[in-house]
Amino acid sequence: MTERGGAERGRIERPGAQRRSQGAERPRPASEGQSRNPALDALDRAIVLATQDGLPITERPYHAVAETVGTSAEDVMARMTRLLNAGVIRRIGLVPNHYALGYRFNGMTVWDVADEHVAEAGRRVGGLDFVSHCYQRPRHLPDWPYSLFAMIHARERAVADQLVERIAECLGPLSRGHLVLFSSRILKKTGLRL
Amino acid sequence: MDKLDQRLLNDFQRDFPLVARPYAALAESLGLTETEVLQRLERLTRNGAVSRVGAVFRPHTVGGSTLAALAAPPEELERVADLVSAYPEVNHNYQREHRLNLWFVVTAPSAEAVQAVLADISARTGLEVLDLPLLEHFHIDLGFDLKWN
Repeated sequence: MTERGGAERGRIERPGAQRRSQGAERPRPASEGQSRNPALDALDRAIVLATQDGLPITERPYHAVAETVGTSAEDVMARMTRLLNAGVIRRIGLVPNHYALGYRFNGMTVWDVADEHVAEAGRRVGGLDFVSHCYQRPRHLPDWPYSLFAMIHARERAVADQLVERIAECLGPLSRGHLVLFSSRILKKTGLRL
Repeated sequence: MDKLDQRLLNDFQRDFPLVARPYAALAESLGLTETEVLQRLERLTRNGAVSRVGAVFRPHTVGGSTLAALAAPPEELERVADLVSAYPEVNHNYQREHRLNLWFVVTAPSAEAVQAVLADISARTGLEVLDLPLLEHFHIDLGFDLKWN
């Protein structure tokens, strides 16, 4: 059974619950708060800031970044290589705008998976080539039981529905219920901002 | 968009060269000149097909971030959406088809600063804000295979 965004499962407003949820039963975020990368020094941070909107489209982009942060191009490249190897930078390349390329159906699929199965579920869903992001997030019981988030992109609604079905098949009984929240408008989208 | 644009977009989402003249390296593998690659990328960036050329950072690289959601009453959605988008710490804000109709990402130099933004939005809108920080990520981000037909 496929539930869709707009279905009333996942209701969240409770009468009188006007304040921000305190997140009952919520596990401690593994990565919140302090940076996972205490090894980042001031110059690394300056490079992150200088490149978050992208590298300049000029013949020598790393030289331009080097000039901005006050070091050599060789140092910028060496530091970016190190950040890449450390996993701080996931990849360097062209970042396509899915929406502009016709992928109008941006679906946030959310799955209710028991905590003891979430690592296995994440491994399976994260391995699907059409899933662009796959994250565990805290559930907010009783209204929001969904703990596994997977993003899909499609040019047609029917294709998006098929992708959701493929995730459902891949999870089988590990999923106790799910929703798909399609985006109806992009109100703001920028790169990392610090 | 011609075949070369499509190859540029699909084939160089990762492994962008860390060399002095990376666009020249791309040009060589595409059989173009460096100038032609620069011109194509400028055009693709200008017309919005490419968001940027650069690094994709792991979340929480520097500071804190979270995914937040709220259920704005339909008649207040525009006002609430504008209010949320106006924060410089909000870098993504999507309207979605659900009772929870506004989903946004907050990124700030510290976890405390992220919480302060959520509290401020809650206070100014009178709405509950759901805080859904990333606990674990499962996807090895290799880019996204674009299908062109």
